[in-house]
Formats: sequence, structure tokens, C-alpha cells
Amino acid sequence: MRRALGLYAVAFYAFLHLPLVVLAVFSFNASRFTLWEGFSLRWYQAAWRDPQLAEATLNSLIIAFTATALSTVIGTLCAYGLWKRGAPALSGSLYLSLVTPEIVTGVSLLAFYQWVFRYLHFELGLHTVILAHVAFSLAYVVIVVLARLRTLDATLEEAAMDLGATEWGAFGRVTLPALAPGIAAAALLAFTISFDDYVITSMVAGVDSETLPMVIYAMARRGANPVVNAISALIVLGLGGLVLVSERLRAR
Amino acid sequence: MKRLRRAFLSPAWLVMGVLFLAPLGVVCLYSFLTRGAYGGVGGPGTAANYGRLFDPLYGVILLRSFLMAACATALCLLLAFPAALFIARAGRRKNLYLQLVIIPFWTSFLVRIYAWMFMLRDTGLFNTMLQSLGLIREPLPLLYNDGAVLLGLVYGYLPFMVLPIYATLERLDPNLLEAAADLGARPWAALTRVVIPLSAPGIRAGAVLVFIPTLGAYLTPDLLGGGKSIMIGNLIQNQFTTARDWPFGSAVSLALTALAMLLLLVFLRRRGEQLL
Repeated sequence: MRRALGLYAVAFYAFLHLPLVVLAVFSFNASRFTLWEGFSLRWYQAAWRDPQLAEATLNSLIIAFTATALSTVIGTLCAYGLWKRGAPALSGSLYLSLVTPEIVTGVSLLAFYQWVFRYLHFELGLHTVILAHVAFSLAYVVIVVLARLRTLDATLEEAAMDLGATEWGAFGRVTLPALAPGIAAAALLAFTISFDDYVITSMVAGVDSETLPMVIYAMARRGANPVVNAISALIVLGLGGLVLVSERLRAR
Repeated sequence: MKRLRRAFLSPAWLVMGVLFLAPLGVVCLYSFLTRGAYGGVGGPGTAANYGRLFDPLYGVILLRSFLMAACATALCLLLAFPAALFIARAGRRKNLYLQLVIIPFWTSFLVRIYAWMFMLRDTGLFNTMLQSLGLIREPLPLLYNDGAVLLGLVYGYLPFMVLPIYATLERLDPNLLEAAADLGARPWAALTRVVIPLSAPGIRAGAVLVFIPTLGAYLTPDLLGGGKSIMIGNLIQNQFTTARDWPFGSAVSLALTALAMLLLLVFLRRRGEQLL
């Protein structure tokens, strides 16, 4: 039974990881086709020279950095506010935002933006994408930070205040430093899901705000293209690294 | 203390209110309106959009989504249980094995779907390999069918099943297994009559966590089904883009969200546990 379980585990992990490994291996293939013809970096060079990819990557980075900064600050404050006493209505809407299918979040934001644009003179663009990303990543930040807060001793703050610290002082100099790894883990997670999002982004992006996942999606639909393998390998490496760090921070 | 707390919660309220609840409200409103002549939205108010959910044309899509989500959940359970058991018994390497499940999961959903397109398409890895081995002459139609979508769903949400089952197995008292063995149970009997029944809470949690997102899946059926294997998510997207029938799309969206919420509520009620 033990042996069987071990063998199964090998197959299971192969199923989880091999598709990504194979994808990465073939990004170094000299041939355009799926037969191995030797090592080459030509697809990476092609990806590097593609101006559309460069612009989309820049957009994705701008969106992910801005949205992460906003949702990390807002989410951390929110988690702190929920720590000692719950707010069922707010928690409820955060839960709801987690279980709402992405496509529904996307179309409802689209409908909402169109409705607002009737009264205000705005258009879809990077800003609408950033706002959408803040909204859908907020719940993740709150969960991660709150999990960390729950491991802290709430009486430490009271002790600080007994010793003369103000509320702000106790928060800023006692709780916040202890919370830092949790906040960093939350930020990395928020960055990852923002950088990777296609479904919601594609609904609320304007003509000038194409993101990297949108370009990959379009290329993947058009047909086999080893350039996509190259970008995919880079994304897996980059985001995988972020997630690894995030997991480590959370385990601390 | 109260004022600080209110100040801390208000930005989150603002974000959730304006960028999540208000948009859902707009969709709710639209779902009771009529589609205008040029794809716009207008009066008179009607509940007919919800009635159309039972139109056979769309009913088929709903039914198929339920079946796909149910099959994906069952397959995930089948694949995840032994894996969770393996991790729970891995001793010091537990965390490593656990992270090996989690990391690809958070990495990139789009890339993970693309990896399967790369392997399954006509000029993909499997077909090319089989052709060069001389086993087949024409490429097999592996991509753009229900099977490919199901595979993608299972691959995409498998960790959601592994983690909660692992969590219950972890907490399982090893003495119970010894007791079962002492009483003459063979390993298989101990598994089916002790371990599996006791891990029911984890199995339930995993089933809810897999069923909810697979029911509302959009990207997986879109890319791996290629328009041939449509699910509710694709129906919604289509109503908001090509078909330009926002009121009907809104009704489908709301029905789907309500169902997801209901499932979660029933589950949380039973479990009495909270994340937030």
C-alpha cells in the first residue's frame, strides 16, 4: 500500500508539473514545429523584439504595481479593522467577491463603467483595469493579512498603550512590524493574480490598455506559436518565484 | 479605538461598495430590463429574462455546465485523495510536497491552459509524437471537445481538492489506524472504513471549492473547448459581447452568482468555520 501510494504520487506530481516543464523545454526548440531540432534562443529573441509584447508587458506591470500597492494598503487596514471585532456585512461582501465567477465580475464592472460614463466623461483604459484589479484582489489580501494577525497576541497593543503609546503608535510600532511578513506575502499574491488576470481585464480594458495575458490569449487562439512558449516559460519562472517567496513568508 | 477602526474599514467599504456591490446592483437592475433596438438597455421592466433560462436552447448549456462541473469535481476527488494521503504520511517532507501542489496553482492560470493547448492541438506534442512514431497518420482530434475542457478543469482546480482533504487527514489520530489494525482490519479496510469516512469534512470542503469555480468557468471552456464545448461562463460573455443582449446576460450572471453564494452559505453553515 505504501509503495502503491508512492508510485501514485510520482504520477500525480508529473501530471501537475510536466505540462509546464515540457512547455518550457520546447521554448528552446530551434524548430517552429513540435519536433525537437536542437537548442536555440530564437523564440526568446523574437519575443524580446516584438513591440506589441513590450507594450503589453509594460501595461501589465503598471497595472499590477499600482493595483497591488492600493489593495495591499486598503486590505491591510481592513484586516486590522476586522481583527478584534468582525463586520459581517463587509466580510460577507468580501466572501461574495471571492465566489463570484470571474466572468460575472468582469461583465458587471463593464456594465457599471458604461453606466457611469453616461454621466461622467471617461473611457475604458488603464485606470478602469487598475480599479477592477484592486477590487478583485482585496479579499485575498484581507485573508492573508488576517491569518497573520490571528497569530499575534492582541494584548501586546494594550500593553503598549498602558505604557503610554497612542492608538496609532501601538498600531504603527507594535502590530505593523510583526505583521510585515504577512503583508509582504499578501502583496506578492495580489501582484501575481493581477499580473495573470485575463478574464476580468479583457472585459474592462480599453483599446490602448492591452495587457500581457490578453496578447498571450490572442496568440494562443491564432495557432501554434513558439513565441508563446517562450513568454509562458518566463511568466512561470517569474510568478512561480513570487509565489514561492509568498508561501515562505506566510509559513514564517 | 472605535474611530480608528472605522477609519481603517472605510477604504475597503468604498472599494467593495463602488467596485463590487454597485456593479452587481447594475447587473441586477439590467436583468429586469429589456434589450433595446441597438443592443442598449431600456424599459419596460420584465422578469422574462429569467424565464429564458429554462428555454431548451439555454437549458442545454446550463445542464451541460452542471454535468461538467460535477464530473470535474468527481475526478478531482478521485485524483486528489490518494495524493493528499501521500502528503499527510510524508513526515518531514510534508511541506515540500504541499508547496509542490500550491505553487503551480498560483503561478498562471492562462499559461497552464495554454500548456494543454500546446500538447493537445493537431500540430501539438501528442499528435506530433504519435505521428513520428508511425502510430497514426492523421492527427487525433484531442483539442476542442468536452474531454479537453474536462481535463483543463480538473488540472486547473485540483489543488482546491487536495488542500482541504490533506487538512483533515493531517488531523486524523494515528491511534485510530492502529486500533483498526489491532482489531484485524487490513489496510484497505482501514482506509475505506476509517480514513475515508473521517475525512468527509475535507471531501465536502474540496467538493464545494472545486464545484463553484468550475461551474462558472469561462477561460477553460473558451480555450480548450474552442466554442464547441460551451458552458455558462461563455454564454454570459457572449451575451455581453457578440449577442449584445445585456439584460439576458445579466440574468444569467445573477442566477450563477446566487447559486455559488448559496452553495457556499450551506457549506459554511455546516462547518461553522470562517476565513475572514
